[in-house]
Amino acid sequence: MIKFLLMVNKQGQTRLSKYYEHVDIGKRAALEADVVKGCLFRKKEECSFVEYKDYKLVYRQYAALFIVVGITDNENELSIYELVHNFVEVLDKYFSRVSELDIMFNLDKVHIILDEMILNGHVVETNKNRILAPLLALDKMAEG
Amino acid sequence: MSDVVEKTLTALPALLALDSQPGAAKLSSTSKLGHLIRSITELSSKHEEEKLISKELAAIKDQISSPNTTMRQMRELMVRAMYCEMLGYEADFVYIHAIKLAQQGTVLEKRVGYLAVSLFLNESHELLLLLVNTVLKDLQSTNLIEVCMALTVVSQMFPKDMIPAILPLVEEKLSHPKEIIRRKAVLALYKFYLIAPNQVQHIHGKFRKALCDKDPGVMTSSLLIYQQLIKESPASYKDLTGSFVTILRQVVGGKLPLDFNFHSVPAPWLQIQLLRILSLLGREDQSTSELMYEVLDESLRRAEMNHNITYAILYECVKAIYTIHPKADLLEKAARCIGNFVLSPKINLKYLGLKALTYVVQHDANLALQHQMTIIECLDHSDLIIKRETLELLFRITNAQNVTVIVDKMLGFLKLCNDDYTIIDLVGKVADLAEKYAPDNEWFIQTMNVVFSLGGDLMQPDIPNNFLRLLAEGSDNEEDDKHLKLYAVDSYLTVLKGDCSRLPQRFLQVVSWVLGEYSCLKEDEDQREVISLLNKLLEQRGVSSETRSWVLSALTKLCVGPGCADLALELADSLSSSLDTVLRQQAHELRLLSQDSQLHARVLPRPAPLDNLEVDSSLSFLDGFVSDALAAGAAPYKPPHQRHEENQQRALSLEPYGLSLPVSLSSCTLTDRQSPTLFSVSSGLSGNSTEPTHRTGANTLMLEGVKRVWGKEGYLPQKEPSGTQVSVEEPSDVVQSPHQQGTAETLTTQPETEPEPEPAQLDQEKQQLASSLFVGLGSQNSMSLLGKTEAAAPRFRRKGRHHESASSSSSSGASEMSSNSSHSSHHTADSFLYGGLLEEEPATPIQSLYHTLKSTTANGSLDSRQHSRPASGMGENEGRDIVSVKEDKQSNSSQILGSDMVIVRPSKMAEEAVVPPQNSSRPLPSTSSHSSDYMILQLPSELQGLPHSDIVKMTSDSHLSVSCCRVFREDALLLVFLLSNPTETALRDIAVELSCKELETASLKGNVIECLDGRNSSVCRYTLLMQRPHTQVVFTGFVTYQTQPGHTHTLPFSGNLSTADFIRPLVLSTEEYGKLWLSFSNDVKKNLPLLTNTGDSLLATLNALKDSLQLHIVDIIGSEGIVACRLLSGAPCLMHCRVNDASLAVWMRSPLSSLSDCVLYHCQRVLEEL
Repeated sequence: MIKFLLMVNKQGQTRLSKYYEHVDIGKRAALEADVVKGCLFRKKEECSFVEYKDYKLVYRQYAALFIVVGITDNENELSIYELVHNFVEVLDKYFSRVSELDIMFNLDKVHIILDEMILNGHVVETNKNRILAPLLALDKMAEG
Repeated sequence: MSDVVEKTLTALPALLALDSQPGAAKLSSTSKLGHLIRSITELSSKHEEEKLISKELAAIKDQISSPNTTMRQMRELMVRAMYCEMLGYEADFVYIHAIKLAQQGTVLEKRVGYLAVSLFLNESHELLLLLVNTVLKDLQSTNLIEVCMALTVVSQMFPKDMIPAILPLVEEKLSHPKEIIRRKAVLALYKFYLIAPNQVQHIHGKFRKALCDKDPGVMTSSLLIYQQLIKESPASYKDLTGSFVTILRQVVGGKLPLDFNFHSVPAPWLQIQLLRILSLLGREDQSTSELMYEVLDESLRRAEMNHNITYAILYECVKAIYTIHPKADLLEKAARCIGNFVLSPKINLKYLGLKALTYVVQHDANLALQHQMTIIECLDHSDLIIKRETLELLFRITNAQNVTVIVDKMLGFLKLCNDDYTIIDLVGKVADLAEKYAPDNEWFIQTMNVVFSLGGDLMQPDIPNNFLRLLAEGSDNEEDDKHLKLYAVDSYLTVLKGDCSRLPQRFLQVVSWVLGEYSCLKEDEDQREVISLLNKLLEQRGVSSETRSWVLSALTKLCVGPGCADLALELADSLSSSLDTVLRQQAHELRLLSQDSQLHARVLPRPAPLDNLEVDSSLSFLDGFVSDALAAGAAPYKPPHQRHEENQQRALSLEPYGLSLPVSLSSCTLTDRQSPTLFSVSSGLSGNSTEPTHRTGANTLMLEGVKRVWGKEGYLPQKEPSGTQVSVEEPSDVVQSPHQQGTAETLTTQPETEPEPEPAQLDQEKQQLASSLFVGLGSQNSMSLLGKTEAAAPRFRRKGRHHESASSSSSSGASEMSSNSSHSSHHTADSFLYGGLLEEEPATPIQSLYHTLKSTTANGSLDSRQHSRPASGMGENEGRDIVSVKEDKQSNSSQILGSDMVIVRPSKMAEEAVVPPQNSSRPLPSTSSHSSDYMILQLPSELQGLPHSDIVKMTSDSHLSVSCCRVFREDALLLVFLLSNPTETALRDIAVELSCKELETASLKGNVIECLDGRNSSVCRYTLLMQRPHTQVVFTGFVTYQTQPGHTHTLPFSGNLSTADFIRPLVLSTEEYGKLWLSFSNDVKKNLPLLTNTGDSLLATLNALKDSLQLHIVDIIGSEGIVACRLLSGAPCLMHCRVNDASLAVWMRSPLSSLSDCVLYHCQRVLEEL
């Protein structure tokens, strides 16, 4: 099960956070700092999976942006690692060459995309067209 | 990432097919949001951030409540608030506006409103109720996008109680023509199933329809529900195996539309999910497994492409193959597949390979052998994560032959590790392995030394406690025990001679306990050296006062004999002005004891006897004092934490919050089942005194044994394969005979580490390492697919435990470590008490009973009130408890003496039974009646005050009639047999024999009677204890008697007893209940009928249960009630009840799962009978 998904830049600033299990807002900052400490300073040739308390972190770097997913031990790390890539591909498709700024300026839309893909900590949709369909429909209606 | 295959948007579902220019509508960077984002990126310090966000929050607050704010602006405000919350600043004033935006906004604004709600609120937030109407409206909307949004938010969070309001609408959507609506409806139902499974029970049929939906997306969503359902009850869904196999085959075969592919792999996450479901279904089920062999084989074959995602599928496939019923050729293929993983140069794959191997070696240790060289390499990998995973693997293959090498590797890792969580985990594993497989004493002690010094004060308190218990209890081989103890003493002397300023407190406590207890075994050594070392420790800075107390009690034990008197006095003087009252008191005791060697020998016998130690932890010798004080109007004692907590809000806290329980004095109470109320008195005086702590170290430590069984499991759930666990927990006297290796005089605190390998020898070194690591793996279990084969028998087997150990709780470990203040007079008085009590009451005629007992207590006891009956003016509770303490001792002494103790004078006994004592206030029927049929049977008067059942006739013949009464004593069930002789002739040599294989029975008195005169009766008592809960047990017995010499008659009888007879109320406070609750893990849940015919149905129901089953109602808060009881042997059982419509949802926890079941069964019966 997925516990949370974070997007953090190289400076350790959170760009997006989504928790699938309630975490007190006061405790989130500490958790995110721990996560940053655990993942950002690892070498390229090191494993993309890190232990953190009783769960695992799966991280993947895209330019200056890290995506870190907290999962339970019974989850398949590699499938989550690839899920992250699928997510980025979806963002790339929507924003046509996504950048950190796209994500910052469209925080709400990135969340809407994520909501289509992961629900209650489970992967619910991985088909890119289907993931984007509701958002594209919203965009169209907003224009029209 | 840009290698996205562009697809024409015509592939989109027709409804939503749109042309769009994604990314075009970027927000202007001059907007307020743009400004905020820019400011955030430019932040350079936490202080700046705080300033920026508080300014931003003020601005949002200002703007959001303005009536002129448009929905479009509102959406921007929401996003800005999301930023603030993301940075950790609460913006709760916007929550209500988020709901408003969801309600009033259109299209994107509405969606952002819903999004904000799902980000800001949690499922139990009360504002969520305000969303219900909006959701309801949107679900009925003709705009499909709005329906979609509503369903999305519902499947994220929805108030549980409001599900019925929208359920019909959601259900209806299951047959909607658009796939996306059907899909989201299924996901919403999945959410409902998660939060309120009962609400969706009626639509399980529709789940099946969703599974067969023509759209793959809808089918995929329904798998989530099925995975959950199958996890909960695999047996109910075996019939679906075929469907899942077919679906997987179609997916693997590429039958899905192309846009489900990910890098040319068809729907990989769907495949993974199906594989998980199949392994749940096929586990331990051969016929179901057979259905899936083919498709698993196909999955393995198809996933040949070299891409991460195919490896993810393969990993799942391998796991499935090793989970279901084994098939040789599949296993072979899976094993080869694992080889590809571990040999891969890609580090992520290597990691996954190790993880798979860790899973698989439990079934087939040979695989570890195949990959031994890779494992060795991973062990030295530069990446700590890989190393850690390898250790996990090694932990699973540890046996008696390779334990030293593996533990050495683990300790090596520990030394480098600085993550608390990992340290706690690994230290626990090392301690576990050391205890199980230690090859010899030296190694064991040295390993534990490293564990203590590395684990420090982080580790679970049960590690040192278990260790001490092991030392104290020992094995059956005395020689070996002595050797172990001596070695420990030697080792600790060396530790103390070195620099111990950096050693953890826990370690120092262990050291001082062992030295205090066992350094006397070293006959050749001068105790003065030990004393001076300990003394040094006492003076050292940085030693906590708790540790000081341990050290001082060790010194108290050691300071004996004329040589030490000066030193002891000096020590006592220096500490008598200590600010710490506990230390001061200990110093005082030290002074007294060191001056009186006789007293010292009696209070601290050496070596401390292990068995038959009884600690009056309830300090019952103070009962008189306390009850006098209470009678004089003193307030009942409350421990400090309770006084403190009572000021705070009282609420039920039942959810576990963390790993370790708080260390607090109150936990002492939990170890003491005999008189919970009184115990608070003792903890108030000075906690558990060090003196009894050490003296009965074995006793309290033995209590730890139970903790290990269920307490540790929660902490390290995957720690031991169940097979081996059983063998450890089973009390057994079998101890593997140790191969002694001579007493090592050379002492090191750390195990010898292997010399660093020279580069040239590296390969050879590795080969050697491999042979030492994988020894004992291959030969014995070439094909042990199901279950790991057991290696050598554990070295340190626990001895059979005293029955009291069952009363332990996980927090007792904490209490043992923390409560160590001193109060040695306690024990002295205690032993006096016992001395007196052995004379006991049995053969004394009742008329003189009080007198006799008084004279007994005069024998130096502090206790003058304990024989007073409940009626004598005290609060009922205290009265009962005092009685119970007293009776506890009676039963103890009776167990010691056995049935020989009873010297019955039959004529008097008979008289006692029927003639009421003069001072009894009860009007008793005359016994002069000569009509045998109406002979009135009556309990002995001293039992009449106790709760008891009716007197039931068991059996009779022409000479003798036997009746039985159950008396519910606090410490045991008392079966009182009333034997009456209706004839005129005397019966001789009457003997009562009772047996029950499930129960512990002990004859108290009266089971052999020389002579029973005509028209007379006699009483025979048995105490019974139930160790393992059984709902019903049958006892059988017979009475033999002689009417004339040589003519023996036998009269058999039998009866039923139930758990209910062995349950007693467990009196504890709400806080104690909460702590105890957290420490148990066996959950049993059930709905029971609620008594609804009265006003307060919860109270009425609980009272009914209390009256019939002797439960204790701890607290009732609103619609919830908590109830506690205990089995006589001590195991508690906690019950948490909640009114749920017309039923009572009961949730039980107990260290004995069978106890929960039994109690629940009886509760159900009681309520059904009412």
